[in-house]
Amino acid sequence: MTKRARYACGSMDHALNRRRFLGASGLVGAAGLLGGVASLSSKVAGAIPKNDYRVVVFNMHGGLSQLESWDPKPSTNTGGPFRAIPTSVPGIHISELLPKTAKQMHHLCLLRGVNTAEDDHGKGAYMMLTGRRQTPAAEYPQVGSVAAKMLHDDQTGLPGHIIITPGGGGGRGNEAAYLGPKFNSIHLGGDKPPLNSNKPDAIADDAEARRHLLRRKINEQYLSQRRSAITDAYTHSYEQALKLMERREVFDVSKEPQAAQDKYGSSELGRQCLVARRLLENGVSFIQITHSNYDTHNDNFNFHIEQVGEFDLAYATFIEDLAERGMLEKTLVVVLSEFGRTPNINLYYGRDHWSKAWSVAMAGAKVVQGAAFGQTNKEGTEVVDGQVDHGDIFHTILRGVGVDSSQSLIVDGRELPIADPAAEPIWKVLV
Amino acid sequence: MIDLDVTKSHVVHQWKADSPLIACRISPTGDQCVSTSQDNQLQRWNVANGDKVMLQGHESWVHAMTYSKTGDELISGGCEGRLIWWSIQDAQPKAIRMVEAHSGWIRGVELSPDGGMLVSVGNDQVVRLWKSDTGEKLHEWPAHERHIYSAAFHPDGQHLLTGDLLGKICVWKLADRTLVRTLDAATLYSPNKGQNAEFGGVRSLAISPNGNEVYAAGTHKGSNPFGAVHEPLLLRFTWSDGALTKSHVCDGIPGGLLYRTVAINDATLAAVSGGSTGGILLFFNATQEKEFHRSGLPSLARDMDIHVGKGLVATAHFDQHLRISAMFA
Repeated sequence: MTKRARYACGSMDHALNRRRFLGASGLVGAAGLLGGVASLSSKVAGAIPKNDYRVVVFNMHGGLSQLESWDPKPSTNTGGPFRAIPTSVPGIHISELLPKTAKQMHHLCLLRGVNTAEDDHGKGAYMMLTGRRQTPAAEYPQVGSVAAKMLHDDQTGLPGHIIITPGGGGGRGNEAAYLGPKFNSIHLGGDKPPLNSNKPDAIADDAEARRHLLRRKINEQYLSQRRSAITDAYTHSYEQALKLMERREVFDVSKEPQAAQDKYGSSELGRQCLVARRLLENGVSFIQITHSNYDTHNDNFNFHIEQVGEFDLAYATFIEDLAERGMLEKTLVVVLSEFGRTPNINLYYGRDHWSKAWSVAMAGAKVVQGAAFGQTNKEGTEVVDGQVDHGDIFHTILRGVGVDSSQSLIVDGRELPIADPAAEPIWKVLV
Repeated sequence: MIDLDVTKSHVVHQWKADSPLIACRISPTGDQCVSTSQDNQLQRWNVANGDKVMLQGHESWVHAMTYSKTGDELISGGCEGRLIWWSIQDAQPKAIRMVEAHSGWIRGVELSPDGGMLVSVGNDQVVRLWKSDTGEKLHEWPAHERHIYSAAFHPDGQHLLTGDLLGKICVWKLADRTLVRTLDAATLYSPNKGQNAEFGGVRSLAISPNGNEVYAAGTHKGSNPFGAVHEPLLLRFTWSDGALTKSHVCDGIPGGLLYRTVAINDATLAAVSGGSTGGILLFFNATQEKEFHRSGLPSLARDMDIHVGKGLVATAHFDQHLRISAMFA
């Protein structure tokens, strides 16, 4: 079971999310019934041409402070104790907590004018990952599921949608909505292959083969009369698990040279980044890495020293590594949260939830490099230029990996735009 | 000499700065106090009338300060890693010396008992000793594996104590900078796995004037560190053998952290608690597990200093006020 990070504010959304998650994980055996409800009889129309682009999302769980990262305001009432430092791009300064990232700024594009107007953890996360506001009328797929659908090549033998999160152990998520359970995520806990993905020694190879032969034969009999999206997903899950078992070594960072392991550092996040690079090399289309936790209502600065410091080494190494290997040209790396943190510093040296003016960072693929788009005012309380929201960012992520975000999918005869038609890509940051 | 009665503690003055306050120190004569604030500035206050003079020179917040033995100079340590010596008695104090002393935050600056030596500690995990009148660096050594939060000279003038995030207190022999022993204050470290948070630390160290006891202050029970749910804790150790003799806890302060503790005399200890429960002055003795007196402050406090001779307590507050309390009726 995936361990979810605890928030400080005790929001009900977290409890709801947990129930939703438990509901989904309890249905693993049924191949994600919840996720498949809308697609029971769906046929996604048209063959989507695949490309070799990839997406990596760093989800800074709890709400990374933009002032302690991408948009510092030193020597102001809201700036806090940290200074801004120059980067490899003249004129762009970021927090001194990111010294290694500063040296990779020429690969990055900062969006400093994000205004999502939603200060609730669950709703904010939903918006950032689906590009839409939550509504009871519809469930939308997360960007990972969309990317897996649009980009992933099943021939890799690996899942197209992987979430690496503290405590993750191989279960499936529930993010695909109408795209169907095939595009739900597989959760990894870190630098090890998914749990239970090795064949027990007590089972001989020939016995294993006979078991699967029997399963397939029974499946075929059943499917010949009662085939559905659910049964297809069920079959797919088994076959995908078998392929994954054959490729377990991809998840094992101990296969990397010691120098590479040292470079990424000893933190869990560093090892997760190294796994992510190996997964990208082996054709996984979407990886989300959760870095937890930034919900720092109390002692924000001490916590950000620890957390951002850990992030800086792992992230900067990851970006540099992808660039050196020529992979960054085809990989879009996004650093996002559910929101930012208040410019106001509260009684306990904390910062609270703030969605009106915060930042997202992108790097690679079709996104311009070495740029900062958008601007907040002197104390970081409002966006004064280049305002964008979750919908715009969702479009931009898809466009950034060569997907036409204005297209629609046909599900159950209904035309469903893959991104919110009311938003549009941030054209100025796309090449 | 004032006849101290801490149970009669009450606020006698309050003056407002331009920004939330962080730290404060009272001069050796007790007629002056310096505070620091979130706008990177320092304020010198006349305790008699509240007259204020601003000091500018740091590029970041200042958590650490000490007066020189004579009170002619003030040495401040900033989160940019800079030590500044100020001519604090001048009509307009000037920075007479600046030293880029540490990489990252300076969290503690203390003066040796004879006033000749200064110690600075911080996030770079290095202890640095300075000649207090010239700023000449005397010694430095990597001392801890995590951020160093606090330091204190033993009254014997032969030993230095340093405390870190993990609750490890190191006792150093000043003559050769060797580690004499460690004191276990790990209960002041409150990691929270659910939040992936490391929290706590030896926020303050103090030693009884007779040198027989060591006090370490901070917080424990960090059930929700991100939400400011944690309780104050003060640990009492015997100097001779490093044994923990008492853990002073405080009832009814679910959101509290002891930012500083100061020994008033060999029998009485003061501490200030900030946090979601508010600002509270707490007074402890050796016989009672819990505080024998508490005095509520009008706003959340972040630091405290005491002038024993004049019976005064200075507290630095989030609501931008410096408050002076009297520890007598």
